[in-house]
Amino acid sequence: MITVKNLSKRYARTVAVDHISFEIQKGQVVGFLGPNGAGKTTTMRILTCFLPPSDGSANVAGFDVLEQPMEVKKRIGYLPETPPLYPEMEVEEYLTFVGKLKGMSGPSLATRVGEVCERCAVADVRKKLISKLSKGYRQRVGLAQAIIHNPEVLILDEPTAGLDPKQIIETRDLIHSLAGSHTIILSTHILPEVEHICEQVIIISKGKVVATDSVQNLQNRARGAESVVLEVEGRDGALDSKTIQQRLEMVSGVSRVLFKESRANRSFFEVESLKDRFIRGDLARAVVEAGWNLNELRPSAMSLEEIFLQLTGTEKTEPAEAPPAVEEVAAPVAQEESK
Amino acid sequence: MRNILIICKKELRSYFVSPIAYLLLTMFAVIFGFFFWNSVGYFNMMGLESQMRGQSFPMSVNEYVIRPLLSNASVIGLFFIPMITMRLFAEEKRSGTIELLATSPIRDIEVIIGKWLAALTLYVVMLAFTAVNFAFLFRYGNPDWRPLAIGYLGLLLQAGGLLAVGTFISTLTKNQIIAGAATFGVCLMLWVMEWVAGYETAAWARVLAYLSVVSHFESFAKGVLDSKDALYYVSLIFLGLFLTSRSMESLRWRS
Repeated sequence: MITVKNLSKRYARTVAVDHISFEIQKGQVVGFLGPNGAGKTTTMRILTCFLPPSDGSANVAGFDVLEQPMEVKKRIGYLPETPPLYPEMEVEEYLTFVGKLKGMSGPSLATRVGEVCERCAVADVRKKLISKLSKGYRQRVGLAQAIIHNPEVLILDEPTAGLDPKQIIETRDLIHSLAGSHTIILSTHILPEVEHICEQVIIISKGKVVATDSVQNLQNRARGAESVVLEVEGRDGALDSKTIQQRLEMVSGVSRVLFKESRANRSFFEVESLKDRFIRGDLARAVVEAGWNLNELRPSAMSLEEIFLQLTGTEKTEPAEAPPAVEEVAAPVAQEESK
Repeated sequence: MRNILIICKKELRSYFVSPIAYLLLTMFAVIFGFFFWNSVGYFNMMGLESQMRGQSFPMSVNEYVIRPLLSNASVIGLFFIPMITMRLFAEEKRSGTIELLATSPIRDIEVIIGKWLAALTLYVVMLAFTAVNFAFLFRYGNPDWRPLAIGYLGLLLQAGGLLAVGTFISTLTKNQIIAGAATFGVCLMLWVMEWVAGYETAAWARVLAYLSVVSHFESFAKGVLDSKDALYYVSLIFLGLFLTSRSMESLRWRS
C-alpha cells in the first residue's frame, strides 16, 4: 500500500529525512515512533504530497507522490499535527466543505457527514462554531475531516497530542475501529500508544529508520534478559556503594551492575542478568549474607520505552526533555484502563 | 471550475461571518458618499455662478461629477484592497489549514483563483453601494450612462489587478498585518509612481509612469474604453496570479 525507497528530505542546513525505506501492507496499522524532530512529520508530509522529497521515491496506494500527486491525494486522509480547522465555520459546514474539496457532493456527502460525526463522537456539536470547541473536540473534528471521503490510507500526525486521558482512550478506540478497512500510519512519541494500537512499529531517529518490526517482536527482543532494581541499606550507618557493587557483580548470572544513586545510607542499583538467567534469589542472598538490609528488589521488565531509548541512542530523558506532562500522566492511566 | 467555486464560496462566507466585510462596506459607502456630496455641492455652486454671470457655459454632470468621482473611487480602492487581501493566504498559513488545501485533490491555481474571485466579489459589492449615489444623479439630472459603465469597468479591472498583487503578497507571510502593510505600500507606490512624469521626461520616468495603475485609469474615468489600458490591467491580473502560484509552489520546497 505504501512503499518508501531511499527517501530523503534536505533543507538548507539540515537533513530532516535521511534515506529511509519501508513498506506497509494494506490494512495495517503502523506506528511511526521517534523523538521530537526525528523526521516523522516531514516523512508524513512527503507521503501526503505536501512536501516534495529531495531524493528517493514514495509510492502511496499505487501512485508516486511526485508523478501523480492528484491520484495520491484522492486516496489519503491526513490529520496534521494541528488539526486544519476554520474557526469561523460550524462543524457540519466544515466537514461538508472538506468533503467537497475531496470531490464529494450532493446527498451522499450529507449522509457521510452525518456518519462521520457519529463515528468521531462530534454529533452533539455539529451545529457549533469550531472556535467554541474544546481541544478534544477539535482533534476529533480533525479526525472526522481525515476520514470523510473514506480514504484507503490514513495518515495521522500525533492524533492524541494534547488530549486528556479519557479522550486519548476514545481516540485510540476510534483508530482501532478504522483499522482493517484502512491502512493507517500514525506518528507519536508516546510509547504505550504504539503498544495499544499498532501492529507494526517503525522507529525513526535523526532522520533514519533504526528499527522496523512488529510490536510483539520488539518486546520479545528485550525480554530475554532480566533487569532488576535493587535498594540496599547499610546497617550501621556506614555504607560503601563500591563494595556493594563489587559484591553484586560477583553473583553468578549477572551481566552488568549499574549504580544509580545513593541517598543517606541507602544505595540504588540496576542489575541486568545474562540471557535466560534468573538472578533475583541469588542477589537477595548475596545482599543479606553480606550484612546489609535489602529494602527493595523488583524486576523491571524492559519496556518498549527502553528499547526505544536503546535504539534511538538517547540517554534516559531528563525531565526537561520529557514530553508534556499531560501525556506522561495520561499514558499509565490509559494502560491500566485498557487492561 | 467546481473547485474554484468551492473555494470562492468558502472565502466569501468567511468575509461575511466576520465583521471585516461589513466594516469595509460601511467605510467605503460613507467615504464615497462624502466625496459624492462634495462633488455635487461643487457642481451646484458652479451652476449658480454661471447663472449669476448671465452667460451659461456648458455644464456636464458626466464631466464635473462622475469623472472626478470615479477617479476618487479608484484611489479609495487602493486603501481598501490590502484589507481585503491580507488574510487570504496569511491566515491559512498561520492556522495550518494550508496543509488541508495542499493535500486535497485540488490544484493550487484553483485555490488561488477561487480566493481572488472572492476578493473581487467583495469589491464588487462595495462598488454596488456607490450605485445608490449615482441613482440620485439619474433621478435629478440627465447624465450619459455609457461613460459611467466604462468607468465602473475600469474600477473593476484596476481592483482585479491590485487584488491579484495583494493575493500574491499574502502568500509571502504568516502574518496578516505584514501582508496588509506590504500590500498597502505596494499599492501606494503603484499609485504615486506616475508623479515622476510631471518633471522628468527620460525613458525610465516614462516607464514608471506607464507602470502606475492610476495613469491607466484616466481613460476609463473619461468614459473611453482604451484597449491599451484594459490590457495593462489584465496583464497585472495575470502577473499577480502567476506570482501567487509560483509562490505557493515555492512554499512546498522551502517550508
